[in-house]
Amino acid sequence: MDLLTVETFARPTDDDALRALQPTLGADRTLLGGGTWLFSVPQPHLAGVVDLAGLGWEPLVAAGDGLTVAATTTLAALGDVDPSSYPAWPAVASFRGCAEALVGSRKVRQVATVGGNVCLALPAAPMITLAAVLDATATIWLPDGRSRTAPVVDLVAGPQRNALAPGEVLRSLHLPAVALRARTALRKASLSPLGRSAALLAGRRGEDGFVLAVTASLPRPAVLRYDDVPTAGALAADVAAAGETVGGGWYDDPHGSPAWRRAMSLLFAEEIRRELGGTG
Amino acid sequence: MTGPTTVDGVPLDATPRPGQCLRTWLREHGHHAVKRGCDAGDCGACTVLVDGAAVHSCLYPAVRAAGAAVTTAAGLPEGPDDPRPRFAAAAGFQCGFCTAGMVTTAAAAPGPPSDPTARGRALQGNLCRCTGYRSIADALDGRATVDAGPAGAVGDSVPAPAAERIVRGAEPYTFDGEAPPGLAHLVVVRSPHAHARITRIDTRAAVALPGVLAVLTHENTPSVLFSTARHESRLDDPDDTRVLDDVVRFHGQKVAAVVGTDLAAAEAGARAVVVDYEPLPAVLDAETARAAPPIHDGKTASRIADPARNVVAALHEGVGSIDAGVAEARAAGGAVVTGTWRTGRVSPASLETHGSRAWLDDDGRLVVRSSTQVPFLVRDELARVLGRPPESVRVLTARVGGGFGSKQEMLTEDLTALATLVTGRPVQWELTRTESLTATPTRHPMRVAVTVAARPDGTLTALAIDVLSDAGAYGNHSPGVMFHGCHESMALYRCANKRVDAEAVYTTTPPSGAFRGYGLGQVQFGIESALDDLARELGLDPFELRRRAVVRPGDPFVASADPADHPDDLAFGSYGLPECLDLAQAALARDGDPAPTGPTWRVGEGMASTMIATIPPRGHRAQAVVALDAGRYRVRVGTAEFGNGTATVHTQIAASALGARPDQVELHGGDTDAVDVDTGAFGSTGTVVAGTAVARAAEALAGELRDKAAARLGVAPADCTLGPDGVTAADGRRVDLADLSGARGEGAHGGSPRSVAFNVHAVRVAVDTATGEVRILRSVHAADAGVVINPQQCRGQVEGGVAQGIGTALYEEIRLDDAGRVTTRVLRDYHLPQFADVPRTEVLFADTVDALGPFGAKSMSESPYNPVAPAIANAIRDAAGVRPRRLPMTRDRVWELCREADLPE
Ligand SMILES: Cc1cc2nc3c(=O)[nH]c(=O)nc-3n(C[C@H](O)[C@H](O)[C@H](O)COP(=O)(O)OP(=O)(O)OC[C@H]3O[C@@H](n4cnc5c(N)ncnc54)[C@H](O)[C@@H]3O)c2cc1C
Ligand code: FES
Ligand code: FES
Repeated sequence: MDLLTVETFARPTDDDALRALQPTLGADRTLLGGGTWLFSVPQPHLAGVVDLAGLGWEPLVAAGDGLTVAATTTLAALGDVDPSSYPAWPAVASFRGCAEALVGSRKVRQVATVGGNVCLALPAAPMITLAAVLDATATIWLPDGRSRTAPVVDLVAGPQRNALAPGEVLRSLHLPAVALRARTALRKASLSPLGRSAALLAGRRGEDGFVLAVTASLPRPAVLRYDDVPTAGALAADVAAAGETVGGGWYDDPHGSPAWRRAMSLLFAEEIRRELGGTG
Repeated sequence: MTGPTTVDGVPLDATPRPGQCLRTWLREHGHHAVKRGCDAGDCGACTVLVDGAAVHSCLYPAVRAAGAAVTTAAGLPEGPDDPRPRFAAAAGFQCGFCTAGMVTTAAAAPGPPSDPTARGRALQGNLCRCTGYRSIADALDGRATVDAGPAGAVGDSVPAPAAERIVRGAEPYTFDGEAPPGLAHLVVVRSPHAHARITRIDTRAAVALPGVLAVLTHENTPSVLFSTARHESRLDDPDDTRVLDDVVRFHGQKVAAVVGTDLAAAEAGARAVVVDYEPLPAVLDAETARAAPPIHDGKTASRIADPARNVVAALHEGVGSIDAGVAEARAAGGAVVTGTWRTGRVSPASLETHGSRAWLDDDGRLVVRSSTQVPFLVRDELARVLGRPPESVRVLTARVGGGFGSKQEMLTEDLTALATLVTGRPVQWELTRTESLTATPTRHPMRVAVTVAARPDGTLTALAIDVLSDAGAYGNHSPGVMFHGCHESMALYRCANKRVDAEAVYTTTPPSGAFRGYGLGQVQFGIESALDDLARELGLDPFELRRRAVVRPGDPFVASADPADHPDDLAFGSYGLPECLDLAQAALARDGDPAPTGPTWRVGEGMASTMIATIPPRGHRAQAVVALDAGRYRVRVGTAEFGNGTATVHTQIAASALGARPDQVELHGGDTDAVDVDTGAFGSTGTVVAGTAVARAAEALAGELRDKAAARLGVAPADCTLGPDGVTAADGRRVDLADLSGARGEGAHGGSPRSVAFNVHAVRVAVDTATGEVRILRSVHAADAGVVINPQQCRGQVEGGVAQGIGTALYEEIRLDDAGRVTTRVLRDYHLPQFADVPRTEVLFADTVDALGPFGAKSMSESPYNPVAPAIANAIRDAAGVRPRRLPMTRDRVWELCREADLPE
C-alpha cells in the first residue's frame, strides 16, 4: 500500500552514502529492506525511508570460517541455494525449508530480505529460526561509523521488537562453519497446510553437540544446547521449562492456542531428536 | 537506471511519489488490469511482472521499478505460453477479480506445475474467494471445459460473455476506468471503543489542513434512522442505524468522514480529528446480552423486538409437543439426542471490498457507482436518507468483484453521496481490507441447542432447536437471517412435534449481516450434527436416516408453525433429494486419496443434507426488456453481475428463446436507469427470478418478431421460425432481423411461487490425533438444481460454496479481544482458503425438472455452502470418536478434543 506520509526516499548506492545517512534514521525515517512488511501495513509515523537495495551487497560470501549472508539477501535467494554446491556443509539443506516457512508467497520471498525478517522480529520469523539453530552472529553498523557483532538471537527482544539502537543497520549474518557442518532437521506446525508458523523448531547435531531452536511458539526464540543428543525426557523437560520462562510463556495469537503450541513444540522436539539420531 | 520504465511495452515517463507502491502508480496511469484485494501482499490480485519476475505490486516500492519492464495482465506476450486463453477456456473465474493476478502469476511460473503440492506453492500468494480453485487448476493444466461452439443454448457450458476481457484485466470493476476530474477521496475516523457516547468532536484542525475539503460528523449529517440491510420491503429490517451516530456501538464504527483532494490529505485530516468519548458498558457476549444495559434504548419505532432486552428478533413457536415426542421415542426403544453447537464469526471477504464513487451528472442528478448487489434498493433508501425523490438518484454497478450477500447492504453509498453533495465534487471511498475485516458485517455467530428424538426405525418424533444469534451492534439482516436459518433447516424433516426458540440479540461487537446461506449454515451445523449422533445411537447409516426422515412431495413444509396458520408459497417444483443421497453415498464409496499411515491417524466419513427455498420469501421482483436493434438483441435487466454468473445465464436464456447466437445478445444490467424495478441479486435469485423475467421478455419479443414477419410474408405466425439471421417461413422465404429493428419485449417476475433445492455433501477425512490436523481425502457434493442451464458454471457455484464451507469448517474466524477489538485485521491473520487448502470435490447433479423455474432450473449458489461444515464435523466424529461442537474446527481445537478423549499423542 502507499505510505502516504513518506516524503523522502533515499537510495544510497555505496556504503559511505549509507553511513552518512545512518545518523538521520529515527522514529520517522527508517530502513527499507524488501519493504514486504513496511508496505503491508500503514506506517503513519514515517516521513522517509532509506532503501538498502541499491548498495549491491554480495548476497552470500563463503569462506573457511563459514558463510556470510548480507542483510539484503532475499529469502528466495537463500532458499534457492543448492546444497550440493556446499558438500562440506550439510546444514545448507535447511535454508530452503526455512525460507519456505514464511507464509508469504514466493513473490514475497523474492523481495523480502533476510535482514528485514530478522529486524521485524516476528515470532514466526524463519530467518531467526535459521540463525538460532546455526548460531549466527550479526554484524551491525553503528551510526557513528563503528561496527559491532552480537548473536542474532540476542537481537530479538520480543514480538516485533528488536534490540537495535536507533540508526543501527544490520549488515550481515555470519553462519559459522562448525554449525554448517552439522546435520539439521526442521518441523513446522500451523493451522493450515501452508499457514503461518505456530511452532517452528530446528535442530542440529554436529561436532559441537546438539542444538534445538524453539521458535514461533514462543515470543522469542529459545535455544537449547547439549553436548550430545539428550534423552527424550531431558529434552521434553527443557522445552517445557523454556515455555515457562522465555519471553513470558507460550505465544498466543490467532495462529494457534498456547496449549497446542506447547504440545506441538514437545512433539517436534522429540521428532527432531530422533531424526538426528537420538534413541530411547 | 538502464532506460525508461515500460509498462506493457509502452514507456511510462512519470515520477512516483516517494512512498508510493507500484500498484497505485500503475493504476494512476491507467493500468487498471492491476487489481486490489488487500493492498498488503496476501491476495495476489495486484500481481505484475517486473523484468519477468512476479511481484505483489502493492508491496513493491514504485521507485524501484525505475527502468524496469513492467507487465500486467493486459500486456502478457501472446503465444503458446500465454495462460489467458487457458483461463477463458477453463472458465477459471467467477467474479474475475482475482484473474488478472492469477494469469500474471501463472505466466511467471515455468510451465504448468507438476504435482498438486507444487501448484499449491505456486499459488500460495493468490486468493480466489469464488471458484474453489478447481477451474483454476484446469486452467493451469490447459484443460478446456467451456463449449467453444456457437450453439449456446440452455444446457451448454457457454463461456461468460466477459471472459476475454476478464483474463486480460480489461473488464471494468467499480473503481476501474477513467476517474472523473476532480475526484476527491474519503477516509473514515473509527471508534476505539466497543461502546461509548461521543461527547465532543473537534474538526477545526482537520478542516484547516491543506487538501481537506470537508469533515462529516453526526452533527452535520442526517439523523434519520435506517437499516444498512436492504430487502424488497424496507420494513423487513430494523431502522436502528444512522449515517454517523453520536453513540458508537462497536470498536471500529464510523465516527467521522474526512474528504480530501487525495487520499493523503484525507488521511491526514482523519488523524487530526479530535474526538472525546464517554465510555459505556461493553456487551461482548451474546449469552449475557439480554440482561445487559440496552444498546438501542428508546428506538421504539424501529421494529426491534424488545429494545429493553437487546432482542432484535424472536421466534417462539411449535407444533405438537416435544415432551410427548421424546417420551414416544423412549417408549419405543428409540433414541434421544441433545447437544449444543457454536459457529464462528466469518467474513464474506469478497476480493473486491465494498466501496462506491458518487458524483453529480450534468443535470444535477446524484449518481453513485457502487460495488453492490442491490442497486435499486440502495437507490430507494439513499433517496430516503437524503430526503430526495428517488428519480433524483441513480445507482449503478460495474462488474462486482464478489459479494456473497455482503453487498446486500448500504454501507458506503450514504457517505460518498453526502460528501459529493457537500463538496460538489466526485468522491470515492474504497474500503481497505482491514476496514472490511473489522467493520463490515460477518456471518451471524450462533449458539444452536438441538433436541432430536426418533423411533428405532428412524421416524423422528421430536425436533427442537434453541438458537441464540449474535446480531452485533446493529440489527440489519438479523431478523431475516434468524427466520430463514430456522426455517428450511427444520422444514427438511418430517416430524409431528417441532419447536423453535430463537432470538437474535444486540451486542457491542461488529455487526453481523447477510452471507451465503443466510443463517441456514449455522443452524444446519447443529441439526445435522445432532442427526448424525442420532443415527449412531439408532445404529442406522446416516444416509439411511435421512432417507427415512426427510420431507417428500405431498408433505407440508413445517418449520415450527402449522401451515394452516402460516400459508406460504413454497412448493416441490421437483424433488431430487433421494437421488442426491444416492449419488453422494455411491460417490463417497469410490476413489479418494489414500489415508496417511501412522499410529495417530484415524479415518472416518460424514455427510449432511440440506434444503433451501429457491427464492426469498415475501416478494422478489425483477424486470427485463429485450429490444432488437440492428440485428442485435439488447437485454436490459436490473440485476448486477457479481460472479454469480447471471450475465452468462441471462445471455443463454435470451439466446435460447430467440434462436440467436450468444454473441448476438448484449446485456446491460446493474443500473437503476435500465429498467423500473429490480429487487437485486441475492437469495440466489439471479437465475430463477431475473432469469424468468429475461425469458419472458425474450419470448414476448420472439412472438412479436414472428407476428411481424408473418404479416409481411402473408403466412401464419405458427409457420414461422426465428433464427440467428431472421424469421423464416415454411416455404423458405425470410425476413431479415435487420428489417425488424425496433421490436421489443418485456417480462417480469414477482418471486412467487417458490420451489426448494437440495444439497448433500459427504466427505472422508483423516484426523491426526497428535496434531489435530484434518485432511479431506474425498469430497463429494450432490445437488438438485433442476435443469442445469450451464453445467460448468453451476459446478463452479457448487465448488465455490464448498470451498467457503471448508473455510468456515476448518479455518476462518474473525476474533475479538477482551475489549471487543478485532484481532484478525489482515488476511494473513484471517485465513481464507487458498489453493493448497481445498481438495477437489466431485459434483453430481440430480436429474430433475423444476416445474416453477425457468427452463426447469432452480437456483444453486448459496446452498452448496450449507452442508459442508456438518459433513466434515460428522466425519471427524466418525474418525476420532470426538464430537466437534464449535466452528471453525481448527487444528488446535481438534487437538484439544483428542486430548479430552485421551487419544494417542
Ligand atoms: C503475505 C505476507 C506474509 C508474511 N509472512 C511472514 C511470516 O510468515 N513470518 C515473518 O516473519 N514475516 C512474514 N511477513 C512479514 C515480512 O514480509 C517478512 O518478515 C520479511 O522477511 C521482511 O523483510 P523485508 O526485507 O521485506 O523487510 P522490510 O519490510 O523492508 O522491513 C521490515 C523491518 O525491518 C527493518 N529493516 C529492514 N532491513 C534492515 C536492516 N538491514 N537493518 C535494520 N533494520 C532493517 C525495517 O526498517 C522494518 O522495520 C509476511 C509479509 C507478507 C506480506
Ligand atoms: S492487493 Fe497486492 S496482494 Fe492483495
Ligand atoms: S473469481 Fe476469484 S475472487 Fe472472484
